[in-house]
Amino acid sequence: MQKRISNLPFHDTPEQAQKLEEVIAGLKGQEGAVMPALHQAQDIYGYLPKEVQQKIAKGLNVPLEEVYGVSTFYSQFSLTPKGRNHISVCLGTACYVKGADKVLDRIQQKLGINPEECTEDGAFSLTACRCIGACGLAPVMTVNEDVYGRLEPEEVDGILAKYME
Amino acid sequence: MFRSNVLVCGGTGCTSSNSEQIIEKLNEEIKAVGLEKEVNVIRTGCFGLCALGPIMVVYPEGAFYSRVTADDVKEIVDEHLLKGRIVKRLLYQETVVDDNTTKSLNETKFYSKQMRIALRNCGVINPELIDEYIAQDGYAALGKVLTEMTPQEVIDLMLASGLRGRGGAGFPTGLKWKFAAANQADQKYACCNADEGDPGAFMDRSVLEGDPHSVLEAMAIAGYAIGASQGYIYIRAEYPIAVKRLQIAIDQAREYGLLGKNIFDSGFDFDIDIRLGAGAFVCGEETALMTSIEGKRGEPRVRPPFPALKGLFGKPTVLNNVETYANIPQIILKGADWFKSIGTEKSPGTKVFALGGKITNTGLVEVPMGTTLREVVEDIGGGVPGGHTFKAAQTGGPSGGCIPAKLIDTPIDYDNLLAIGSMMGSGGLIVMDETTCMVDIAKFFLEFTVDESCGKCTPCRVGTKRLLEILNKITSGNGTLEDIDKMEELCYYIKENSLCGLGQTAPNPVLSTLKYYRDEYEAHVVEHRCPAGACKALTNFTIEADKCKGCTLCARNCPVGAISGAVKQLHVIDTNKCIKCGVCMEKCKFGAVVKK
Repeated sequence: MQKRISNLPFHDTPEQAQKLEEVIAGLKGQEGAVMPALHQAQDIYGYLPKEVQQKIAKGLNVPLEEVYGVSTFYSQFSLTPKGRNHISVCLGTACYVKGADKVLDRIQQKLGINPEECTEDGAFSLTACRCIGACGLAPVMTVNEDVYGRLEPEEVDGILAKYME
Repeated sequence: MFRSNVLVCGGTGCTSSNSEQIIEKLNEEIKAVGLEKEVNVIRTGCFGLCALGPIMVVYPEGAFYSRVTADDVKEIVDEHLLKGRIVKRLLYQETVVDDNTTKSLNETKFYSKQMRIALRNCGVINPELIDEYIAQDGYAALGKVLTEMTPQEVIDLMLASGLRGRGGAGFPTGLKWKFAAANQADQKYACCNADEGDPGAFMDRSVLEGDPHSVLEAMAIAGYAIGASQGYIYIRAEYPIAVKRLQIAIDQAREYGLLGKNIFDSGFDFDIDIRLGAGAFVCGEETALMTSIEGKRGEPRVRPPFPALKGLFGKPTVLNNVETYANIPQIILKGADWFKSIGTEKSPGTKVFALGGKITNTGLVEVPMGTTLREVVEDIGGGVPGGHTFKAAQTGGPSGGCIPAKLIDTPIDYDNLLAIGSMMGSGGLIVMDETTCMVDIAKFFLEFTVDESCGKCTPCRVGTKRLLEILNKITSGNGTLEDIDKMEELCYYIKENSLCGLGQTAPNPVLSTLKYYRDEYEAHVVEHRCPAGACKALTNFTIEADKCKGCTLCARNCPVGAISGAVKQLHVIDTNKCIKCGVCMEKCKFGAVVKK
């Protein structure tokens, strides 16, 4: 999936900023520190805004382009913020032959967004992911930490309704 | 001592269907009836039969409960654990014999043809307790190696066993070790590839979740054999349960002195750290994986120099796959002759497959090499459900190919699969029926490789993109016969010129489907027809006048309002509005909606 860097204004709390500083301080000077730093920064902020990547580059004393190169290379790293509810539809082979594309279609219609997008009200974001390894339950989608397996496209409406306040 | 042991599957599949809640509820209910000193609840790794999860097994009876819900727990506790009456209605039906007695799991079709070496402890022990692993001869192989064998003897044993890499290519493990041992350096590494990127494959995850210590033990053995003191496990961040159990296992092994300094008082030091992947398929390739551990973009490097000479941080490195490692302690303990007695001459041992797709018993199976595809699909897998027919099995993920129904009696091993245009790969085995379009499947895999191509070399970066464009043209009905020929030529070009395994194997899904299903490609371009009815641009839904009762069910369910018609009148689909989702066809009770 093509990655786009978010233009949304970046806010952080003093706690978040302090945590990030601690992470950077702990990894400074280690070989291969960029990836663990990005993993942990994403845990703190939920995504990797430009400002955070700049801090990591400066803190670890590596060029920003290298940090940006790594963050765009791996699909786990997200450059856009996630919605309050994050939906991930598995498009691994087992799910695909069992109709995961139809589940994804239904969600897209229902929410009016494409994969790698977030609804305007910030309630839902959507990604199409590769195999989460629950092939026995195909087709599978996850909403936040909840896993829904053995899905039929028409079950989508009911599942989404649970997360609409 | 406990009088009953209740094993609940804590693998990803069963956890996704709420096995955690079941464990909580079990503990509550057991306490409520005062049995907490008599009944032991154990969270194990994967049992393999994921289709029937969540799974619970009660010993000593061996009662195998399937698709258990939290609401069933009280009944199981009250009836089975308290009164000793097995709750038959919740048993896996295969284990219930006609005369109302039950039979052992190993006599069921799913398990009887399996042989478990790599998975031997999965679903048997609690993976978070090192003592349970040790009770199953755990770390005995490491002890034997460190106290009775020289590194050269270990390598000779591995060579004699004929073990081949389970990650896909099947390179002899002993040979890899021999090369790395021969190179002198101040630091060497023994690493584990747990970046199971093939969509549809989850063997390695299950081993790590169910029996993490077997991998740690084998890595230490590899370290001793080649002279390495540090190991890394590169694991996908998408596998949170496996990462957690692995970390627990490493901590416990360190505490017991089975990792760290001076293991078994032999003077041998070895420690292991975890490195998280971040979702890049190319990182399953060995040089890309090492670049990624170094914290960079996971792009492959030119070989030679091979990792055995210059690997991680430029030092000699061996990298083996999880399943390969899981076999090693058993080989050390039982010997090369035992291992060679299993499987085929050139591919000894067993292989774990992740069965998925259109098959009844989805899950994890381990069979001796040389088992035929028919035995795996029909006997163990229980065949294709829903009255559909078997069309093909896809092995090897995006690097592999499709095995057509006419070759279903092929014994599965590395060389046979290569000969018929597929490959073993890491062990994903996806079953397809007649509703799967082979052109669409080839397109699916190409979309994957285009996405995952790292972009370093041109044949892969540009070539796979062009391949996908041609496939899109064909599936949208605009292809020509020349396109098919051009595509075939391009496939060989990409295979021969790409830098790493990803590009070299990326055209395989196209080539193997072209080989066995060329007629389907031709139907798309000549007749503008998708024989399987899967390619949306080439299918139209219509309502047959003589079957439609005018019940309005289809119109009410159509998400785009493309169906019109009054009650008890013939309904009509507006093909301009129709998005071909197929809901109308699923909903119609009279079979009036047809796909053409």
